[in-house]
Amino acid sequence: MIEAELSRSVVRWCNGATGATRAAKLSGGASQETWRFDIVHPDGPIGAILRRAPKGYGAAPTRAAGLEAEAQLMQLAYEAGVPSPRVMHVLVPEDDLGTGFIMQRIEGETIARKILRDDAFAAARPLLARQIGGVLAGLHRLPLSKLPELRHMTATKEISEFERDYRGLNWPKPVFELALRWLRDNDPGPSAEETLVHGDFRNGNLIIGSDGIRAVLDWELAHLGDPMEDLGWVCVNSWRFGEIDKPVGGFGSREEMFAGYEAAGRKVDVARVKFWEVMGTLRWGIMCGGMMQRFREGPDHSMERAMIGRRASETEIDLLRLLVPRGS
Amino acid sequence: MQDEPTPPELTKSVADFLRNDIAPLISGHQAFKLRVAINMLDLVTRQLTLEEGSDAAEVTRLRALLGTDGSVTELNRVLSERIAKGEIDLATPGLAEHLWQTTMDKLAIDQPNYASYKRELSRDG
Repeated sequence: MIEAELSRSVVRWCNGATGATRAAKLSGGASQETWRFDIVHPDGPIGAILRRAPKGYGAAPTRAAGLEAEAQLMQLAYEAGVPSPRVMHVLVPEDDLGTGFIMQRIEGETIARKILRDDAFAAARPLLARQIGGVLAGLHRLPLSKLPELRHMTATKEISEFERDYRGLNWPKPVFELALRWLRDNDPGPSAEETLVHGDFRNGNLIIGSDGIRAVLDWELAHLGDPMEDLGWVCVNSWRFGEIDKPVGGFGSREEMFAGYEAAGRKVDVARVKFWEVMGTLRWGIMCGGMMQRFREGPDHSMERAMIGRRASETEIDLLRLLVPRGS
Repeated sequence: MQDEPTPPELTKSVADFLRNDIAPLISGHQAFKLRVAINMLDLVTRQLTLEEGSDAAEVTRLRALLGTDGSVTELNRVLSERIAKGEIDLATPGLAEHLWQTTMDKLAIDQPNYASYKRELSRDG
């Protein structure tokens, strides 16, 4: 049982802790797992989250920054006042838990549709687009000198990677071809300023409370590059969950997000944001294709994965709405 | 010629049974999985009903656009290659209309409740 290892671990580094209890797996792929548990403490239970690669699964996928980098980024964000869980412990071999880290558990909601529809978030919703701008500004201001080793990405490199992924699927899609051409023709070139890019900042990867954003999660695609990438990705229609007239995560307008970003002292390049929204829409479409491939060839023969494969056409209509709008 | 009921009539009957008789009996993760399964059967039913007509219309458009013949897959491959090479682009008469129609026909099967699709459909109506 994982509780035995967690208990032995927490008593070593958490002052006063006597053990760990109520461990439950929240999600798990082949190489990475997330668990919730409580640290038993005389002052009352402390909510915690374990993110780990189990023993024998050291290698992260090529695009992932790795769990150690993720822990460093979350801690840096926390210290800089960007909403993020505090990292409590980075796993060491004597923990016997694999590699990864343990962080503070933050209460709130991550399920996008609930955040967009439940009454509990009605007061927070109108604030979120602007808050997202402010949080992204804080994230893009994290000092480069303190960051862990990360990939350097540019628009040109990303287009090439997506094209390779798409060609690898051997799946002729004229709309994707059109989008690839558009991206090449409109490649804005390297950003004048290279910053930390979260890489998967969107509705679904944020913990939201009645008061707004409480934490930014899923830092595994963090890299160095054009900060406008994060502003474009959060606007991709797939992350609006039906609220298509509110581009920023289904919460509000681009202008509100831009105002929040600029109020925090950073500049927006609107054309670059649009470029990255197109790129992001294609990116999710190709990822849907990857799901189809893993369903067909891989160990994950689940219905969910199969059905995500059939969502690529959603990104095709969204690409057409961006590149060839009708009735305009 | 095969006997009836037709395949979409059969898949619809299974989906209706799961939706009406089984779904109310279960909860939690299994209920979620069951919803995915029902969605999948509904998709198959729509495809069995609509695919033949939309594929035929797609082939007619592709022949006119490309000036060549082939199966729907082959013609899509040719169109993809020509767009990649820059031989066909949005300035080519008929391309935009073809891509829109093809995509609308796919959404009608894949995700008829997708908000962007419903918005564009209301434009057509």
